[in-house]
Amino acid sequence: MSVTNYVVLAALLFSIGASAVLLRRNAIIVFMGVELMLNATNLALVTFARIHGNLVGQVLAFFVMVVAAAEVVVGLAIIVSIYRTRRSASVDDANLLKDVREPA
Amino acid sequence: MTTLTTLLPAALDASGTTTTGEAILFWVLAPIMVVGALGLLFARKAVHAALGVIVVMISLAFMYVAQDAVFLGIVQVVVYTGAIMMLFLFVLMLVGVDSSDSLTETLAGQRVVGIVAGLGLAVVLAGVIGRATYGAPVGLQDANAETNPVGLAKIVFGQHAFALEIVGALLVTAALGALVLTHRERLTPKRDQRQRADARVAALADGVVLTPLPAPGVYARHNAMDVPALGPDGRPLEASVPRVIRVRGQEADAREYAARIDRVLAGGWAADSEPPPQASEPLSGDEPATAALDAATSQTGQNGPAAAPDQSTEADR
Repeated sequence: MSVTNYVVLAALLFSIGASAVLLRRNAIIVFMGVELMLNATNLALVTFARIHGNLVGQVLAFFVMVVAAAEVVVGLAIIVSIYRTRRSASVDDANLLKDVREPA
Repeated sequence: MTTLTTLLPAALDASGTTTTGEAILFWVLAPIMVVGALGLLFARKAVHAALGVIVVMISLAFMYVAQDAVFLGIVQVVVYTGAIMMLFLFVLMLVGVDSSDSLTETLAGQRVVGIVAGLGLAVVLAGVIGRATYGAPVGLQDANAETNPVGLAKIVFGQHAFALEIVGALLVTAALGALVLTHRERLTPKRDQRQRADARVAALADGVVLTPLPAPGVYARHNAMDVPALGPDGRPLEASVPRVIRVRGQEADAREYAARIDRVLAGGWAADSEPPPQASEPLSGDEPATAALDAATSQTGQNGPAAAPDQSTEADR
């Protein structure tokens, strides 16, 4: 088996994650799609670290994990605070910035 | 860790292909991961999608270990599966498990565009990966000569020390940001215990009972929850039966016990077999007959039916 199979798998997972972000409306599932994309990127980074024979790729993946942890904390806090005020976790209901006036 | 690495030999042979064991691991895990990830797209409930993502992340940890990234494999389990996905599950419980997706499209044609974009992204990535040329895989034997964590630490604390500091600051900021975002402003002034006690005493004028309600059950005869307690005048206390039992209609008939008291008050204690005429009367007598009752109980030498003192709170009612 070639090592590049891992990269193909990473691309597949990334596409699924991106589709979840585009298609789902539950904010939490959208957020999990983002996490899946980050994980797929990590898999690609680890694989390329192995192909190139140095560990910088793994270090990058490590930093991606840390930043993802921070991002999840803030993102979920935003989702919870939106849910508290609007009683909904759907991304469609967060339309406070939308101009609802009738076109003149 | 050494057992893990010996179980999963990550060595590459001269032509750059993996060992058979790693190939088997890949072909077992990859379909599971794709199915778990597809759960994100097709699961109707958010919890099922989260479980699918957890499966993907644990499988990813296996793949990291198989690819000589032992440290990242452990971190993947600890950080992603242990912390991040559990946080997701907690928020799901907080937001409501049954908050499912609405199927109405607010943007016209969004679903079609989304599917096309997702497929297009997959095609583009596949094209790039398929057409790119990779050098012969080197493998990490040399880089991991001093074990994988040591090699990583030399790079992180050597070349990327400043980035590590910034990431630490980012984590602190994120924790603080989460606290600020979920902080709820107090809109009403806080009532302390003193004020609450004063309010309760002030409500006495409106007929609110200050003390705890009497406990149900006529001691020495019944202590069941559905039997109303008897007051000092021998009247059953409706408030002593828990509200839930009263609402369900499972309360014992108070008149039955009141009738017995009436019999006693009428001096018919001995003639317990024949029903006195008061037995069928509704509860109407409200004058306290404590003296007569006391006389009756002292005559027979028994403990009169007494209202049960209790330590329970109003919340039980």
